[in-house]
Amino acid sequence: MSKYRKDFPCYEHYPNLAYLDSAASSQKVACVLEAMTKTYTERYANVHRGIYHLSDIATGDFEAARVTVGKYFNANPDQIIFVRGATEAINLVATSFTQEFLQEGDEVIISRMEHHANIVPWYRLCHEKKAKLVVIECDAKGVLDMDAYRNAFNPKTKMVALTHISNVLGTINPAKEMIAIAKSHQVPILIDGAQAAAHIPVDISDLDPDFYTASAHKMYGPTGVGFLYVKKEHLKGMSPYQSGGNMIASVSFDDITYLEGPMRFEAGTPHIAGSIGFARACEYMMDVGMSYIQSHEQALLMYLQEQIETVDGLEVFGQAPNKIGIVSFAMKGVHPHDIASILDEDEVAVRAGHHCAMPLVKSMNQPALTRISLGLNNNERDIDQCIKSLKKVREIFSA
Amino acid sequence: MHDLYQELIIDHGTHPRRFGPLPEHTHHERGHNPLCGDDLTLYLKVEDGVIEKVRFEGSGCAISMASASLMAERLEGLSVDEAKKLFEKVHSLLSGTPVEGLGKIEALSGVCKYPMRVKCATLSWHALMGALEQSSEATEK
Repeated sequence: MSKYRKDFPCYEHYPNLAYLDSAASSQKVACVLEAMTKTYTERYANVHRGIYHLSDIATGDFEAARVTVGKYFNANPDQIIFVRGATEAINLVATSFTQEFLQEGDEVIISRMEHHANIVPWYRLCHEKKAKLVVIECDAKGVLDMDAYRNAFNPKTKMVALTHISNVLGTINPAKEMIAIAKSHQVPILIDGAQAAAHIPVDISDLDPDFYTASAHKMYGPTGVGFLYVKKEHLKGMSPYQSGGNMIASVSFDDITYLEGPMRFEAGTPHIAGSIGFARACEYMMDVGMSYIQSHEQALLMYLQEQIETVDGLEVFGQAPNKIGIVSFAMKGVHPHDIASILDEDEVAVRAGHHCAMPLVKSMNQPALTRISLGLNNNERDIDQCIKSLKKVREIFSA
Repeated sequence: MHDLYQELIIDHGTHPRRFGPLPEHTHHERGHNPLCGDDLTLYLKVEDGVIEKVRFEGSGCAISMASASLMAERLEGLSVDEAKKLFEKVHSLLSGTPVEGLGKIEALSGVCKYPMRVKCATLSWHALMGALEQSSEATEK
């Protein structure tokens, strides 16, 4: 039994819910919601503007949130930009950074196991610049081909964007090595940490990427907020992404001076309460401890992998030795949507579809997959409930 | 008995009837749901205002396949006008209005309780309407 399950108010409303879709979005912890309510009720005004007391409080809380998020990822808060989420962060880097120097014939490295969020912005940019998108493949187990990655670099390589953890396979990629290789070729690298942030320790100072991003909503925090870490040497040279208020030093109709630092990329009123909620989620996980989170989820993953063997006709995709609690599978003769509908009747919530990773799912010769993903809120009972329901699917479809 | 996955649905969903190409078709239309990946192509051979032959190809969930299979069986021999009326009736059925006289197709009635799945059941029927709106490919050739 997870001792932290009680921290998730969704179970007060759905006591029998087996929520196994944290990789899509995690359920929320009470302290995050309380922190956001407190912001809106007791400590709210716009930030970076007002002279009055409440604005000062809100600004203090908002900037403290940046410090907390920096602490969670061991990064300097002056290099943490608040964004809507990882998708916006990647678009920001593609637009405000890579677009500035990418030329016709240049190459951008991504991998087969990227989420659409880390494919589409690069595809569009490459298309516009007549540059080439170079895709690193992974093997049948879902392990990235590191030799192919090493060999992919040439003088034309100008950007690398790779995921830390696959949202379909659960594979934990060797981020530190991937970054070191890119660095040895003097090519900037972005790591998409959307699936990593809530499940493994992420030490940005140690990893030392050029860019790192994650979304709060997969970290027991609110939707609509995430962060982008930018290496200091890039922060100064990057052009603004969106423009407007909050990001300028001075404006006249003849000349505009932009702010330096993260605020240059935070045009308009930011998601104040969301950022504070995000920081509270980071604090919550630091209180629980990443070592507990990892051992809890690894134990559940072992149990799930053992139990799923007892269901007939399943093929599991993603058997990397180093993976988080994500198990994607196909059931012979049954479409994932039918599986998910039947599981739903037993209050088991799983994801069915292409998981915003169509190039990966297609490479497995599957139209779609069913995915079980684990989090701090899960326990063995959730898995038992899911396995029982999967056996029911088998029965219904073999009648 | 399961609301959604009645035996007839499982049967047609896993062993769809009238499945395959129809080289002599006069009308065809693709039905595609990019969100869930259900993807089928419907072929009709219409002569003198009568649907003589129906085939479909593609892949999708049991609901989409069963609905297409039941539709294909039912359509053969109907006039174009009758087919359009049938679409209206099935549309009502899938929206939760009880409709009589649909025979086997009534097995789809449970789908209306699953709003996320209604689009699976309607996919082939919208392809039918799309196909019928086009002019005959035979006369174009």
